[in-house]
Amino acid sequence: MEKKFEITDLNLWYDAFQALKNINIEIPKNNVTAFIGPSGCGKSTFLKTLNRMNDLVEGCKINGKILLDGEDVYGDIDVNALRKRVGMVFQKPNPFPMSIYDNVAFGPRTHGKRSKHALDEIVETALKNAAIWDEVKDRLKKSALSLSGGQQQRICIARALAVSPDVILMDEPTSALDPISTSKIEDLIFDLKEKYSIIIVTHNMQQAARISDLTAFFLLGELIETGDTDKIFSMPKNKKTEDYITGRFG
Amino acid sequence: MSKFLKLLRKKWFDWLLKIALRLAAVLTIGVLFIIVGYILIRGIPTLEASMFAFKFNSDNQSMFPALISTVIITLISLVLAVPLGVFSAIYLVEYAKRGNKAVGVIRVTAETLSGIPSIVYGLFGFLFFVIFMKWGNSVLAGSFTLAIMILPLIMRTTEEALKSVPDSFREGSFGLGAGRLRTVFRIVLPSAMPGILAGVILGIGRIVGETAALLYTAGTVAQIPSGLNVFTGDVFWQDSARTLSVHMYSLYREGLYIDKMYGTAVILLLLVIVLNTVSTFIAKKLTKK
Amino acid sequence: MRNKFEEQLKELNNKLIEMGAVVEHSISTTVEALLKQDSGLADTVIEDERLSDAKEKEIETLCLKLLLHQQPVASDLRIISSALKMVTDMERIGDQARDIAEITKFLEGSNFIKKPEDIEKMAVETRKMLKESIDSFVNRDLDLATNVLKHDDVVDELFMKIRKDLIGLIRENPANGEQALDLLMIAKYFERIGDHAVNIAEWVIFMITGKHRSGEILYQYRKY
Repeated sequence: MEKKFEITDLNLWYDAFQALKNINIEIPKNNVTAFIGPSGCGKSTFLKTLNRMNDLVEGCKINGKILLDGEDVYGDIDVNALRKRVGMVFQKPNPFPMSIYDNVAFGPRTHGKRSKHALDEIVETALKNAAIWDEVKDRLKKSALSLSGGQQQRICIARALAVSPDVILMDEPTSALDPISTSKIEDLIFDLKEKYSIIIVTHNMQQAARISDLTAFFLLGELIETGDTDKIFSMPKNKKTEDYITGRFG
Repeated sequence: MSKFLKLLRKKWFDWLLKIALRLAAVLTIGVLFIIVGYILIRGIPTLEASMFAFKFNSDNQSMFPALISTVIITLISLVLAVPLGVFSAIYLVEYAKRGNKAVGVIRVTAETLSGIPSIVYGLFGFLFFVIFMKWGNSVLAGSFTLAIMILPLIMRTTEEALKSVPDSFREGSFGLGAGRLRTVFRIVLPSAMPGILAGVILGIGRIVGETAALLYTAGTVAQIPSGLNVFTGDVFWQDSARTLSVHMYSLYREGLYIDKMYGTAVILLLLVIVLNTVSTFIAKKLTKK
Repeated sequence: MRNKFEEQLKELNNKLIEMGAVVEHSISTTVEALLKQDSGLADTVIEDERLSDAKEKEIETLCLKLLLHQQPVASDLRIISSALKMVTDMERIGDQARDIAEITKFLEGSNFIKKPEDIEKMAVETRKMLKESIDSFVNRDLDLATNVLKHDDVVDELFMKIRKDLIGLIRENPANGEQALDLLMIAKYFERIGDHAVNIAEWVIFMITGKHRSGEILYQYRKY
């Protein structure tokens, strides 16, 4: 198993509040890694440290090391280039208020792609990879906001794919969606791991069990247990993990 | 409060409340109709071709020069105030760090400015632009004064508009590796455009309706500000001019052409509609891109 | 938290104990009927088999309901999946007891070629194994479950001994052959009962440790 991220002794503070405590974890390539844990346990915060989205939060302080393919994420690195490599899909579908085409083309345009022909191709591939091409190919010029929630989320995934990242971070990507849209996105995640490393935060235990290869359990800013998903969900080592996933937490 | 809630459960009270609400709506719209109707009824019959004569004289009392001046002063004021207001709002919302002292100062200043009566702006404009800058009574002095007057308005509305753009848009853009500048101009500003436009329209309303601030700055000369010779210094913005509102004020003060004042009011009404339509159209064009 | 679920798990426990009691009772009754050559008693065993079938259905329904409603993971998943597997073995034990009872009815009135004291011993031993395997489930007792696995050797030895004895009896007098075969069948049934008890204990071990004798069940489909 080749590792994509290697995190050592990561601590994070929001002003005086320590949100992450001594996180050590390796995240493998071309796998789905799920972060689970109760609300406020730091899993989303941790996710956002991986592409430095926490930089946008004022009062956020970080120490420790995050290596992406051996390169220090918090070292001398172009943040925009980092975010191109480590894409992100958010909890609520957030397509920009523009056409479907422009949404997907926004990333490539940002990174200097101008030629119409190249953009057309990128947009088509991204939409196909996000399993939404057939649904929108006839209305690429229509506003992305006219789509259903599930379709919007797949547009957002396509938008992330369009800048050809290595890693895709997903922060509860299906929590706002109905079961059918959810299963479409889950199938999609399963296909995407062929090419990308996927890290997903989810509150849905069954979802983590269904789609992830590895699971990491966070509690109160600490990484309690990490390991093979089947193992975590059948035979967790830590009592806290067991209590959380069986719903006997607290 | 609990008494009110108890009342709410009664059927007759529910009925009464419904009537009251409807009445309020009807009254509001009614007042508008009465004003517009009154102006139209009194104004339209007085309109005649001579009122649109190219040159003003004491016979025709032409409003045409005032019409042109209004458009020019409005445009110059907007050109001065909108970019400044929008950019400072962008700075406050998108760039300034939390707890930045300057932000607080700018906000308090803007709020104070928006509460000052326009005659005070007029006085300031007179002392500063007309006297100190030696611009004399001119379009430029008037426009600058009005620009300062609507600046807080534009800034506040833009700020609100920017704040109402969901953070998820910004996150989405940053998440794709776009920088702050690109995020602001490609994502945030287009989404905030309707709100900014509302501010601009309010600004236009204040400019077009303003008299007090203009009397001592742009003056009351009824002529089309003309002259394009930058080298001799004879440029249109150095001329004194009166806007339609000032024109109406003069007509009223002289007391001889009250009928024509109503005619002018009709045209002013039309002008406001035209200006608003044009700015909506421009904003739409900008957003589309 | 999850009060209803806890209650249902308790219910599952109780039902397994009840079914275990029915099956245990069948084992002792069937051997008693054999020794006393009592057809009436044998009939009650046949009755009881129907009861254990019904219990099996009940437990299966409960387990499926729990899987559907609670989507259990970790220990809950292991408890419920073990219970589902265990009841099959328990039901099979009930079947074997009935089969023995049927042979008993057939033997009624004939004299034993040999007093079936070893068969009685087998009954005692297998009953003990069954009881311990169910107790180990109820009490989550790993040692007890491991014990059951070891105990199977005793039953196997008894079976071999009976087999040898019966071969000797046939050699002495070929006329013994018919009854000898019946007795051998009975011994074989008890030996099978022991095997089922072992299966149950293995599922108990899986429930407690997550590991089954057949390997790490959940790991056969590793994704990487």
